[in-house]
Amino acid sequence: MNEYTLPIAFGIAIGTMSRLLMLRTDYRQYPTYLHGKIIHIALGFIAAGLGTVAGPAIMEEEFTAITFLTLAASQFREVRNMERNTLTELDGYELVSRGKTYIEGIAIAFESRNYLVIFTSLVSTLAYLIFNIWAGIIAAILAMLISKKLMAGGKLKDIVEIEYAEPRFDGAGLYLDNIYIMNIGLPERQKEVLRYGMGFILKPKNMNARSTIANLGQRQAVLYDLSTALGVYRDSGTPALVPLAKRDLDDGRVGVFVLPQERDIERAITVIGDVPTLENAIRMPSEKKKKEGSDAS
Amino acid sequence: MMLEKFILAAITTNPKKIPSGTAVFHCDSKKEMEQVAANLEAILDGIAHALSEDLYIIVKH
Repeated sequence: MNEYTLPIAFGIAIGTMSRLLMLRTDYRQYPTYLHGKIIHIALGFIAAGLGTVAGPAIMEEEFTAITFLTLAASQFREVRNMERNTLTELDGYELVSRGKTYIEGIAIAFESRNYLVIFTSLVSTLAYLIFNIWAGIIAAILAMLISKKLMAGGKLKDIVEIEYAEPRFDGAGLYLDNIYIMNIGLPERQKEVLRYGMGFILKPKNMNARSTIANLGQRQAVLYDLSTALGVYRDSGTPALVPLAKRDLDDGRVGVFVLPQERDIERAITVIGDVPTLENAIRMPSEKKKKEGSDAS
Repeated sequence: MMLEKFILAAITTNPKKIPSGTAVFHCDSKKEMEQVAANLEAILDGIAHALSEDLYIIVKH
């Protein structure tokens, strides 16, 4: 035991705890229970260790030791690759796929959460070393609150209004309101589609939202989340029953057509509202205008 | 080679409207045409699209 043992143990414990807090398995069923989780807890532990020892290294004036944080960077970039590869492999066997944008979003989240763990551990160990354990605990709580704030992304309900729209056929064309979805020829299939299908219109609240929901990855994320939460009426070899999201070119509304197992309109609207706005899909054309206006360059 | 979209077969009751370059199934009635289209849809993993009253195509998406 030396003067650093307790602070290091404290930092590692806090870091691992913050990773546990950020690791949630929700309706998306990812990471999978037990094994998938263990990998991330173990990596969180490693991240906590890396962040923690940086504190004592600074105290001992071993500044070159800080360079091992670069190790952490390459280590956790690997985590992102791992997540991306696993999810991409699995995506081929989903009835409704997540899509590349959603997968990339998840992979980025996993990488960045490890950095937040490093940050939490570093801050709390430093506070412990400089002041005392209480300062350490306060720093840890503050760091966790900051992490939580940084991790919470936007939801779709913040940028769109969601309305239910009954699917209808005009000849062989399937429509939601006036948005054309697809051509279904067989009367039998048409009956099936009308019986099980549900339609929702996403109405963007502003120009930025219009570009964001136009993103194909964002639309696929909506379809995936809806199908996960409400089930999907489909099997392999029935491409006619595939859920689709199409855009109205005139006003940027998006028509979402799905065939859920459970036809619960209220619930579906809640699920769509809770779909994360993927950071890779977010577009802000209005920012450009603002900058031009204020002459900032 | 992967094709994004491709017409796998055409089903028609109107001999005048036979497309060339694809497999064509002639049918005598609309009902027969629908049955053939439904079968082909299942077999070929495609979607039966109606181009007009008397012409269906099966497309791979």
